[in-house]
Amino acid sequence: MLRKNWWKILSVVLLSYTFVWGFLGDVPHKPILNETIRNLYFHVAMWFCMMIFFIISVIYSVKYLRTGNHLNDIYALEYGKAGILFGLLGLVTGSIWARYTWGAFWNNDPKQLGAAIALLIYFAYLVLRNSITDLDKQARIGAVYNIFAFAMLFPTIWIIPRMVESLHPGGMGGNNTFNNIDARMRIVFWPAAVPGWALLGVWITNLRIRLKILQEKKLNNA
Amino acid sequence: MHKKIYQLLLAIIGSIGTLTTWAQDSTSNSKVAMADAMRSNGKIYVVIAVLLIILFGLFLYVIRLDKKISRLEKENKDS
Repeated sequence: MLRKNWWKILSVVLLSYTFVWGFLGDVPHKPILNETIRNLYFHVAMWFCMMIFFIISVIYSVKYLRTGNHLNDIYALEYGKAGILFGLLGLVTGSIWARYTWGAFWNNDPKQLGAAIALLIYFAYLVLRNSITDLDKQARIGAVYNIFAFAMLFPTIWIIPRMVESLHPGGMGGNNTFNNIDARMRIVFWPAAVPGWALLGVWITNLRIRLKILQEKKLNNA
Repeated sequence: MHKKIYQLLLAIIGSIGTLTTWAQDSTSNSKVAMADAMRSNGKIYVVIAVLLIILFGLFLYVIRLDKKISRLEKENKDS
């Protein structure tokens, strides 16, 4: 499936629709948020994509541990990197959004802290891998650590921010902006923004995986 | 295949003009400050145009990269 092109075209179409209708479409008029509510299509979509890529990554890590096929390790690593990229973009864009709605770039909000911790745990995944020179050990320990990192996503970004007061939607009390995403926004967010960005990420990751496989072939031939 | 993507990009750029007629109706009942002025004098399209150019620039870049890697893979198979 990944060598075919239809899903790349789909990504172009969905993101074009997101960028056009994301700005022309009507949105709920809410104080404080004003037009920044449209960040839903961009900032929030980044986090959904991060989660998707980390899920794909951990699946390939488990596959690697079960089969020992080196290809699975490449997939796990590259999808992990894609997740980190989208997570960083989510963090930076969220920071700008926070500056103009909550008043500061960083508010020590539980979800901000949780997301930062989760990303640090994933940074350690890359550091750990690169600190091991033996390729088989690198892949095996990397895969085991990746499962741990994935498990840590749940308390850091899903559970703890929901148990305490948070500026983000979903916490105890306070922000109910996106409890029920407005129908006018839903038709952009779910069918276009999330899958569009996700497909673009898969595309880029796919290129990196193919490049990596080429590099390894070259190394083996040399 | 890539030619199709190029054609698609062109078609989408072309259709932006027709979109302009859709988006004129949504500016009533606003006590909350929204970018209504931006929409009423049409300049939101400037933003959309800029964003689409950036988006398509990135897409073209990725498409070219895709082609290059495909070519490398082909050469690798032949040798």
